Amino acid sequence: MDLDRAKQTYIIEARELLDSMEDALLTVEGESDPSEAVNAMFRAVHTIKGSAGLFGLDGIVHFAHTVESVLDRVRGQTAKLTAELIGLMLECHDHLALMIADIQSEVAESAQSIAAGEQILARLGPHLGGGLAKAAPTPQPALAAPAARAGEKPGRDCWHLSIRFGRDVLRNGMDPLSFVRYLGTLGEIVHLTSIFGTLPEREAFNPEECRLGLEIELDTAADRTTLEDVFEFVRDDSQIRLIPPHSTVEAYLRLIRELPEEDQFLGELLVAGGCLTKHELADALRLQKEESFADGAVQGRKLGAILIQENAVPAPVVAAALEKQKKFQDRQAQELKVVKVSADKLDRLVDLVGELVIAGASAHTKAQSGDSASLLEATTTVNKLVEEIRDNALSLRMVQIGETFNRFRRIVRDVSLELGKEIDLQIHGADTELDKTIVEKLSDPLMHIVRNSIDHGIEPVDLRRARGKPDSGTLALQAAHESGSIIIEVSDDGGGLNRERILAKAIERGLVKAGAAISDQEIINLIFEPGFSTADAVSNLSGRGVGMDVVRRNIDELRGTIEVETEEGLGTTMRLRLPLTLAIIDGFRVTVAGASYVVPLDVVIECLDLAPFLESEQNHLINLRGEVLPFLRLREVFRIPGDIPERERVVVIQHGDLRAGIVVDRLMGEFQTVIKPLGKLFRGAKGIGGSTILGTGEVALILDVAQMVQLATERNAPNRKRPAALAEQS
Amino acid sequence: MFRIQPSAHEDGPCLRLEGELTIYSVAEARDQLSSALEQSPALQLNLADVEELDTAGVQLLVWLKQEARRRGRTLVYTGHSPAVVEVFDLLQVAGLFGDPILIAPSVH
Repeated sequence: MDLDRAKQTYIIEARELLDSMEDALLTVEGESDPSEAVNAMFRAVHTIKGSAGLFGLDGIVHFAHTVESVLDRVRGQTAKLTAELIGLMLECHDHLALMIADIQSEVAESAQSIAAGEQILARLGPHLGGGLAKAAPTPQPALAAPAARAGEKPGRDCWHLSIRFGRDVLRNGMDPLSFVRYLGTLGEIVHLTSIFGTLPEREAFNPEECRLGLEIELDTAADRTTLEDVFEFVRDDSQIRLIPPHSTVEAYLRLIRELPEEDQFLGELLVAGGCLTKHELADALRLQKEESFADGAVQGRKLGAILIQENAVPAPVVAAALEKQKKFQDRQAQELKVVKVSADKLDRLVDLVGELVIAGASAHTKAQSGDSASLLEATTTVNKLVEEIRDNALSLRMVQIGETFNRFRRIVRDVSLELGKEIDLQIHGADTELDKTIVEKLSDPLMHIVRNSIDHGIEPVDLRRARGKPDSGTLALQAAHESGSIIIEVSDDGGGLNRERILAKAIERGLVKAGAAISDQEIINLIFEPGFSTADAVSNLSGRGVGMDVVRRNIDELRGTIEVETEEGLGTTMRLRLPLTLAIIDGFRVTVAGASYVVPLDVVIECLDLAPFLESEQNHLINLRGEVLPFLRLREVFRIPGDIPERERVVVIQHGDLRAGIVVDRLMGEFQTVIKPLGKLFRGAKGIGGSTILGTGEVALILDVAQMVQLATERNAPNRKRPAALAEQS
Repeated sequence: MFRIQPSAHEDGPCLRLEGELTIYSVAEARDQLSSALEQSPALQLNLADVEELDTAGVQLLVWLKQEARRRGRTLVYTGHSPAVVEVFDLLQVAGLFGDPILIAPSVH
C-alpha cells in the first residue's frame, strides 16, 4: 500500500520545515521585526505536529506540542525571544530532526532519546508561563467521547466538521480512523456519526473504495487552520466543511443542502449534536421546501469556496482571515507546480541523455559522410533537439547554492559560541545555481574551510581590539558565475596566513628544505600539503592535521581549483573555481597526429596560426597583439611521435587569470561531448581530465585545462622553482 | 495476516475472523464472506481474534450486514475483540450493527 509513500512525503516535508525553522531561528536575532521569523517557526512546528498526529507518531506530537506552545507565547508577545530561548529552540529543532531520522530508519525511539526530549521539555517549562496556553489542548484519548455525552449539553461551543472522504482515500494509504484519533487530541469529540449510506449490492461493492462520511462535533480551542491541517492529505479529493462555533443557523442549513444525504437525516444529526434545536430544524426544512431548490442534493463545493463563503466570524477578523486563506491557497497552488523526483531517477535521465548525445553525434557523422542531403537535414534537426534535451536535463539537476550556504549559519553560530568569538556571516549570490552532485560534494570541503576561517582565521576579541578591528569578525560566503565555472569565495577579516610560521612548519615537517627559494604564493600553497597543520592549540574543530589537503583533493575530484589570497593582519580569501556540471560539456575538438583531443569550449578564447618565423620559439612565447602568451605543443606534452606539419595551429585557452596557447595540428571544431571518467590506471596522467567517445566510435582525450595552463606558465618562469615535494605530489 | 476459520457453534454455522481486517485484506475477505453468506441462511461471525481493524474493515462489516438484509439472511457479529470495540467506539458505529457487544469481551 501507499502508506509508506505518504510517510516518506511526511519525512521529506518535515525536513524542509525543520530547515525553515532553523533558518528562521538563525536570522531572527538580527531582525528588527522578528514576527515573520517567529511565525515561520511556529508554522513549521505546528505542521510537523499536525501531520505527525495523522501517522500516530505520538512522540513527535507530544514534543512538538510543547515547543509550539512556547512559540505561540512568543508570537503573542507574552514571552520574549531571548538568545537563551533561541539556543533552546535550536536544541528542540535538533531533537525533532533526530526523531524524524528515527522514523525514517524505522527505529523505535530509544529510552535515551526520550529522556533527552523530556529534559529539553523540562527546560522549556519556565517559558510556558502559567500552564499550557490556549493553543495547547491537552491530548485526550479519543475514547473519552462516547455517545452518551451527546444529550448532555445543548448549545455547547463546538466546531461542526462534516467530511465526506474521497473514494481513493483508503487506497492512498490514509485511514480516516487516524483522523478521528487525532481530532481527539485536539479537543473533545462531543458527538460523532459515521455515515456509510447504502453500500452497493454484491459485485458492485468495491471494499477498497472509501464510502465513509463523518459528522463530528468537536469541542476545541484549535483554530480553523489547525483543523484544516488535519485533513491536509485528503483535502484534494474529499469534501470537507468546517463550521465554527456560534455560526448562524443558515450556515448549518447550507451544509444540509450541500450534502448528498437526505435532509431530514442530516438535520436530525445536527439536532443530536446540539447545533440546531428541533424547532429551528423544522422551520428551516419548511423554508427550504418553499424555496424549492431545483436540485435538492447539490453536490458540495470544494473547501476553499466554502471557507470564503463562510463569514460567520466577527467583522474585523474577516479581512485577516481572508488574507490568510489567500496565502494558504497560493501555497497550495505553488505546491502543485513542484514535482518531487528522486535524485536517482534524475541521474539515470542524465546518463541516458549522455548516451543520446553520443549516439546522435554518431548518426550525424554517418550522415555527413553519406550523400543524402535529406538524411543530413534530419540528423541535424535531431541533434538540435538532443542539445535542447541535454540543456533541459542538466538544468533539472541545477540547484541553488543558497541552501548549502544557509547550513553554515548554524555552524558559524555554534562554533563562534564555542570559541567565544563574535562572528557575522554574510552570504552573497545565494541564488547561483550549480549541479546537484557538485553541491553535495562541495559541502564537506566548504565546511572545513569555513571552520578553519573561524578557528584559525578570525582572532579572539582582545586581539582584534588590539589590532583596531571591530569586535565582531566577518565571514563572507560568496558565489558567482564566471565563464562556464562557478566561483565560490570564503573570506574572513581575520589574521591572515603567517608565511613565516607556515614555512617554519613546512621545514620542520620536511616538506621543504631550509633555505630553498620559494615564492610567497608557494609558501601559502604549502597549507594544502598532506599532514600540514599550523594550529598551535588543537581545538576540536580543526587543527587535527587532516585539513586542507583533504579539501584540495575533494576540489580536484570535482575538476576544480582552489586559490588562497591572504594579507597578514587583514584576512584570507579562499577561492574555489568549479565546473558547472560534471556530466556533459561543449568541447572543441583538435587533432595531433590523427588522434583527437577535446578542449572544453568555454575556456577557448581564440584560435590562430602559429607563424613559422617566431623568434621566441625556444622560450615558447608568442606575441599575441603585444601580450606575451606562453604556449606548449601537445605533441611534446604527450610525447607523440611523427612529423610536425607545415602549419600548426594555436588554441588560446584561459583558466582563471592565466592564459596559454596549445599548439595542435588541426582544428576540427565544436563538439558536444559526454565526459567519461578515466580508469584508475590513468588517474595520475598529467594534462588529461577525462575521455569521451566520438561519433565515429573513436576515443578522444579531454584536456585538463588547469594543468595545461599551469604547465605552460611554469615552464616560462624558471626563477620560480617549486619545491620538490610539491611537484611530485601534483 | 488475515484468515477465516470455520468454528463450531450450537446456533448454526459460525466463522472466526482472525488477524488483521484492513485495506490489505478486505478484497479477499469480501469474496469469502460473501459466498459464506450465500450458503447459509443464518451466519455468525466471531470477531474475537480480530487484531486490527481499519476503516476499510468496518466498511466491509457494514456492507455484509446490508447484504444480509438484502439477501434475506441473518448475520450476527459476536465476541468483539478489544481492537474491534475500540474502533466501533471511535466511529460510533455499534448502533449501525445492532449486535450486542460485551463491554469486557472475553479473550478466548
